[in-house]
Amino acid sequence: MKIAKIAAVVTLALAGVSASGLAQAQALVKIDGSSTVYPITEAVAEDFQKSKKNAVRVTVGISGTGGGFKKFCRGETDISDASRPITKKEMDDCKAAGVEYLELPVAYDALTVVIHPKNTWAKNMTVAELKTIWEPAAQGKITSWKQVNPAWPDRPLKLYGPGADSGTFEYFTEAVNGKAKATRGDFTASEDDNVLVQGVLRDIGGLGYFGFAYYSENKEKLAAVSVVAPGKAAVAPSLETVVNGTYQPLARPIFIYVNAKSAEKPEVKEFVEYYMKNGEALTKEVKYVPLPAKAYAYNLDHFAKRAKGTKFGGENKVGLTIEELMKLEAK
Amino acid sequence: MIGAHKRWDFMFGVLGILALMIGVLTFTALFADMAIKGFSRIDANFFLSFPSRRAADAGILSAWVGSTLVMFVTAFAAVPVGVAAGVYLEEYAPKNWVTDIIEINITNLAGVPSIIYGLLALGLFVYTFGLGQSILSAGLTLALLILPIVIVATREAIRAIPQIIREGAYACGATTWQVVRDHIVPYSSAGILTGVIIGMARAIGETAPIITIGALTFIAFLPSAPFTGEPAAGLFDWLFAPFTVMPIQMFNWTSRPEAAFLNNAAAAGFVLVLMTLIMNGMAIWLRYRLRKNIKW
Repeated sequence: MKIAKIAAVVTLALAGVSASGLAQAQALVKIDGSSTVYPITEAVAEDFQKSKKNAVRVTVGISGTGGGFKKFCRGETDISDASRPITKKEMDDCKAAGVEYLELPVAYDALTVVIHPKNTWAKNMTVAELKTIWEPAAQGKITSWKQVNPAWPDRPLKLYGPGADSGTFEYFTEAVNGKAKATRGDFTASEDDNVLVQGVLRDIGGLGYFGFAYYSENKEKLAAVSVVAPGKAAVAPSLETVVNGTYQPLARPIFIYVNAKSAEKPEVKEFVEYYMKNGEALTKEVKYVPLPAKAYAYNLDHFAKRAKGTKFGGENKVGLTIEELMKLEAK
Repeated sequence: MIGAHKRWDFMFGVLGILALMIGVLTFTALFADMAIKGFSRIDANFFLSFPSRRAADAGILSAWVGSTLVMFVTAFAAVPVGVAAGVYLEEYAPKNWVTDIIEINITNLAGVPSIIYGLLALGLFVYTFGLGQSILSAGLTLALLILPIVIVATREAIRAIPQIIREGAYACGATTWQVVRDHIVPYSSAGILTGVIIGMARAIGETAPIITIGALTFIAFLPSAPFTGEPAAGLFDWLFAPFTVMPIQMFNWTSRPEAAFLNNAAAAGFVLVLMTLIMNGMAIWLRYRLRKNIKW
């Protein structure tokens, strides 16, 4: 009696579930990928949903650039956040699954090398000095600041950096050590940038690196190193030095990739257009370096024409200024 | 001689209190820290707002609704299966080596790291069964996770029932099913409920398996309630909705650069602990209520 009733309800429930399985009809834009691009995309998603009076739903996940591309190339997401261009392998995966995409640069990030505020000797560092510290051969050998530059004090060198899954790590190692993911292993790695901030703060000999947004929130506590590229003057990371292309080689473009098939859906199309129209203001608000206005206009044009594929050919390009990026994308 | 023994007795007592205090004080300190940091953020808006890039506007609406719905699915799936399994093992299973192996396995399952359940669920629920990255997948995953706890609790509760009750019923000619339905399950329900709620209290704080199956970080809408929206949602559409849960929302806030988000995270942590405490409190109260009604 009672049992029979329960059984009936359960059967009904299961029937209902199977019947309504794919009935999710409300417009949905699915985004996943890099944690570096996340703050910008989140800001755009938040305002976009408000502007549409919640008629369109947007979800943003954080799986990392690589994890995001895996889902993207299986066709599970409409848009993928990426802190580096798509790689050769990911291009092949997408091709195999028949996923075509549009590549749209959305902002610049400046990888910032930070030191303890009481560190007076290393305010300027050359790329070669950074390499001496971070190259794989330094493991276990370079343990004091004096070994990097004889003019510096004999203080222990305490290193902090992001973990191996992050695009930040990939870009930094490529820009500094010449090869992506080539690094010494004896440093404190964390995906949580707050851990890196705390680590560098603990020790006057501390050194770490992460995205500019984290530094600008911790400006009072930490000091940023001015980077000296070969044959150039020392340049501190800032909005201006990234825009004028002098902060090199640690400035990098970040992207969104749009599934070409999804781009035909009105909600995805509107979202991307909203992104490009409001990208400049929102990027600034979340402490990233926006592209010049004409770059967003160009992106819109690029998107309207549905120009598919990547301009990077599956490789990362180190030290690309905004000007060079725009020329590359305009090709 | 006696004095020396008494001294030892006293010293062990002190040691015991110290051991107890390590746990209690750590928890109290953490809880107080979260309460102090997060208290200023806790108001109605915090519960009624979606996440936002501005710390002061951000809230936990999608997170607590997600957690609640996932818990609902978990309970709905884990309780019948777990109780049935427990009853079978206690009342029906023959005592042989197969049963022994099953018993050992269940005990082991309780110790399997939760991420393993997440990976299993990703392959099984999300892809093979095609349930997607949905509330249903998450609920079923956590149901698997707490199933051993529910089974063990059920068995303990059943074992506490005096043998005389069963013998009396059998002597009157009852079948095993009648004994289970009229005596075993009603009398053990207090213990079972406690086990279920303790399992749920564990599940609500789980992050790893939920991240593995693809809970989202930014989600500023709720699943459509049945028969609302345009076009109207079906009765069970919410099961397939994308979602986020409290621990993921907290984790996202702790890894942000702005210090204000840390306060949000503390507030969310405070709410999460409260949710757990309320669930545990409910377990104690229900056990008390149900025990009162049992008259052997």
